[in-house]
This record gives sequence, structure tokens and C-alpha cells, in this order.
Amino acid sequence: MKGFILSFKSEFYKSRKTFGFWGAIVLPVAIVGLIAILTFFQSSKVAHTPGMMLWLGYVGIVSGFMGNLLLPFYIIFIAYSVNNIEHKADTWKTLFTLPISKWSVYAAKYFYAMFLVFLCLFLFYALLIGTGDLLGMLKPSELHFSDYNIAAYLGEIYLKLFLASLGILSIQFLMSLVWADFLKPMGIGLLGIIAEIVANVSKWEYVYLIPYAHPFLVLTNLREATRSTITGKTPGAMPSLSIDIITREVWVSLVFAVVIFFIGFFIVQKKSVK
Amino acid sequence: MLGNKRKSVVIQTDGLSFTFGNQQVVKSVSLRVPAGSIFGFLGPNGAGKTTTIKLLLNLLHADSGSIHIFGQEIKANRIAVLGQIGSLIEQPAIYAHMTGRENLRNRALLLQIPHSRVEEMLALVQLKAAADKKAGRYSLGMKQRLGIALALLSDPQLLILDEPTNGLDPNGIIEIRQLLMRLVKEHGKTVFISSHLLGEIDKMATHVGIINNGEMLFQGSLEELEAMSKPLVQIEIEGNPAEAAAAITSKGFTVADVEQDTLFVDYLSKAQMGEINTLLNQKGYVVYSITKVQKDLENLFLAITQKANA
Repeated sequence: MKGFILSFKSEFYKSRKTFGFWGAIVLPVAIVGLIAILTFFQSSKVAHTPGMMLWLGYVGIVSGFMGNLLLPFYIIFIAYSVNNIEHKADTWKTLFTLPISKWSVYAAKYFYAMFLVFLCLFLFYALLIGTGDLLGMLKPSELHFSDYNIAAYLGEIYLKLFLASLGILSIQFLMSLVWADFLKPMGIGLLGIIAEIVANVSKWEYVYLIPYAHPFLVLTNLREATRSTITGKTPGAMPSLSIDIITREVWVSLVFAVVIFFIGFFIVQKKSVK
Repeated sequence: MLGNKRKSVVIQTDGLSFTFGNQQVVKSVSLRVPAGSIFGFLGPNGAGKTTTIKLLLNLLHADSGSIHIFGQEIKANRIAVLGQIGSLIEQPAIYAHMTGRENLRNRALLLQIPHSRVEEMLALVQLKAAADKKAGRYSLGMKQRLGIALALLSDPQLLILDEPTNGLDPNGIIEIRQLLMRLVKEHGKTVFISSHLLGEIDKMATHVGIINNGEMLFQGSLEELEAMSKPLVQIEIEGNPAEAAAAITSKGFTVADVEQDTLFVDYLSKAQMGEINTLLNQKGYVVYSITKVQKDLENLFLAITQKANA
């Protein structure tokens, strides 16, 4: 365990000046910042929107491109970035001659990549809530964010998105670990995303078996569930929004993550460092 | 083969073999590196030095044979063994986006070594002034020095260095040599150092192993290697050296080499040297000098590796 913690700290120390780490911060700050600024200047257009609908519209802008585009590409980049530090510096040979178990070195790297994905999603969540509340305070007469509390619901969505992204992360992590160049994991990742889009468009019934489809499925299923909750509500009452976190696509994502994580370790254990 | 002074063996391999694809690059290598020695592991480029080093560090897995370091089998005691080794393999592995100091601190973090040791190492390899410069901007020599500092950081009992003076200027080479000799003499460390240049090794090594095409051709102390070199009589003359050589041969002596105005004859005894001198004088040659010489190690090394290639 000590080896794992030391390796994890070292991963942070090594990456703290790289775009891999700062991407996890800059991406949500830039995107949410932009949405907040646009909402601020166009507040008159949504002046009569009730709190809940305002929130759903506000957080929905990110969800619109998170599933198909942002999250899968971000994961491809993070998995590459965490492994590329060693490929570029030719330091695998050094890492594996330290008196630290291979398991600790491998697991720390994997969990650090997972941490960066978590950090990025957490910042999206926190910044969406924070900027929404701030906008409500800055323009209370037009932006009625304070009428509804979406924090718990949005938290569940982002937790579910995180779990649904672990399947892709495992696949991309393994490819980036084995191959030093960016093109192979990027190319295969891109194919995965295209396969997911095609399967979704053609409404393939087993689309949930494709890991690259999981974030998208989380958000599409959610949109339908939210719509039916809102349309089915008692007139005049505020609907209560909630989601099932562990659904079929999340299960498949977790199974992929665990199985590929162990396959990756087996490869590291057997692989010669050239 | 090794001297009797040997107290214990730090590195011991038996029948170590390794194959890359169809090519066997290490052939049944049995190394014996004594404690407290500087073991020069010599061989031309591509002889199998780096592969052997990677086998010793458990980065590659041998097809057959065994490796014991400090008496412990490497595979079964990987972490315990690696904890006593500092290594530098091929080009130093350095994070280019981090400064020299950060590279050392990262390693110190992993090995739980205090920051004061990082500063000591920076001073030792004379990188204090460049410590906050990005390592990617270092010259090859500076990178090499940082690589050596990284290897020394944990104060290991055994240093395994693969061509550590690559890219260093003559001063840098001398500094590293002195440093390694000091580590062995004053701190009782053992150094296993590979090189393709004998000249670099013979000034500091106590023991030598020569490898070529994956096979160990020689292993022993430097004195044992020198003893293999046959002494010669070097004769500097005025006159036709080829004719002089013929005259010497006619007396039953073996002429080993003929240069522009110098002859080399296999040494037998002092009396033989006198005899040759008299002979050449009688034949009208002016003898400027006649001395007993030892074949230098460089030539010996070449002779050993060339004989194996033939």
C-alpha cells in the first residue's frame, strides 16, 4: 500500500506541470465559464423561465456534447497523457528498477488517470452549481436559479457519468500503456466512438455493450426519464428529480473496467522492458 | 579465475541466456562480480552488454540460467535486491519537462529520501547552478551527470552503470572516474560498469569481463588480464626493418610485428635481447633502443574480441 501511495504522489508530482493535469481544470473552467458569461448577457431571454427548467437548460448545455464528444475524447487524452510521460522520457525501465512492486506502479498510474477524470467531472459539477447560484445572485429578477436546488440530482448524474466512463478509460489506458505513439490509441478510440454513434443512430439493441457508448447512453436515458417526470407531474407541484445510478450500461462499464485493469496488470507483469 | 582476495560475490550469474526473436544475444553468461570491486564489463557495441544489465535488473526475463545478487535470487527477491541497487541504463531516463532538482525530488519521494540528500547529489555531480533549469534543456553531459545522481540518490551498495561516460567531456569523465573510485575505496560500494572503450575502464577497474556476440571471453582481475599479454622486445633501428627482421628470424627468434623503423620480437630472456642487439650491430644496423614491452590492454582487448570473431 505504501508503494501505491508513494507512486500516486509521484504521478501528481510528475504531471502537475503538464497539460494532462491542467486539462482537467482548464476544460471545465473554460466551458462552464463561457456558458455562465453567455447566460449572464442573455438573461432577458430566459427571464420568465421557472427555476427548475432554468437549471435543466443551464446544465443541459454541457450534457449536449459531453456524452458523444467531450468525455470520450478527454478520456482518450488523459489515458495517453499519463502513460506518455514515461514513454517520452524513456522511464519505464527506471520505474521498474525501483524497489516498488510492479503492481503499485501500475495501479497508481491507473488510479491517477481515474482521479483526473473524476476531478474534471467534479469541477464541471461544482462549477455548474457555483456559477448558477452566482448568476441567480447577480440577476435575481431575471435568473431564478435560487427557486430550485438541483445539486443532489446533478451530483447523481455526474457520479453516474464517471462510473460509465471507466470502461473507456480502462481500454484507452491499456492501449496507451502498451503503445508509445498517440495514433494507435487515438485511432482505435475514434473508431470506438464512431461505432457507438452508428449503433445509437441505428438503435442497435445491444449498444450498451460498447463501452464508448456508455456516457452517451447515461445522458440520453436521463433526458427521456426527466422529460417523462416533468410531463407526468401533478399540476402546480414541483417534480422531484432522481436517477438510478447503477443501470445496465454502468454495470457493463464497471465489468469492462475491472477485467481490463487486471489484463493490463498481467501484461505489465510479463512484459519485458526493452 | 578471480583473485584469492575475493571476500564475497555481489553479482553471480550462471548459464544466463537470452534470445531476442531468433537471435541469441546472451549465451550462457556466468558472471562473478566480487564485493568492493569496480567491474568493467567490456565489449563492442551490440555485444550484449545492455541486455545482460537488463537481465540483472529483472527488466528482461532470461530464457535460462540464474541470477543471484547479494546472494539472493533476483526473481524471488526482486524488491529487496533492487533496494540495494542504483542503476543507469543506456541514455539517462529523465523527465524533460521537470528541472534537474525536480527529477531528483521525484525519485526521493518514491524512495522516501530526505530533500537534503537531493542537494548533496546536485553538489556532487556539479549541477547546483543548473538545478532549476528544465532537464530537457541540459546538454548530454549534464543529463548523464543527472542520471548518475539519480543512481546514487539512495546510497546503494551496488551501482550498475551502462556506459555512464557517454557524452561527457574529458573533465567529466575524470570526475566520474574519481567519484566511482572514491565510492568503492571509502564507502565499500561495488560498481558494475559497462563500456565499449577499454581505455576508459582500465584506469579504474579492479576486475574486467569481456563479452562479444553474447559470450564471455574473459573474466578476472586486471592483473590476470595483463598477465595474458605476452611481453615483446621493441627494437628501434636505422635501416631496412624488413631485412633486419629476416636476420632476426634466421637466428630462430619470432618477429611479431614490423613497423616503419621498429621491430617487435617475442620476448624470451635478457640474454636473447643482448643477442639480438649484437646481431643487428654486426649487420651494420644502428640500434637506437631495445626494450622489453607489454602489449597494451587496448590491443589485447582487440586481439581477444577479434579472435572470437574469426
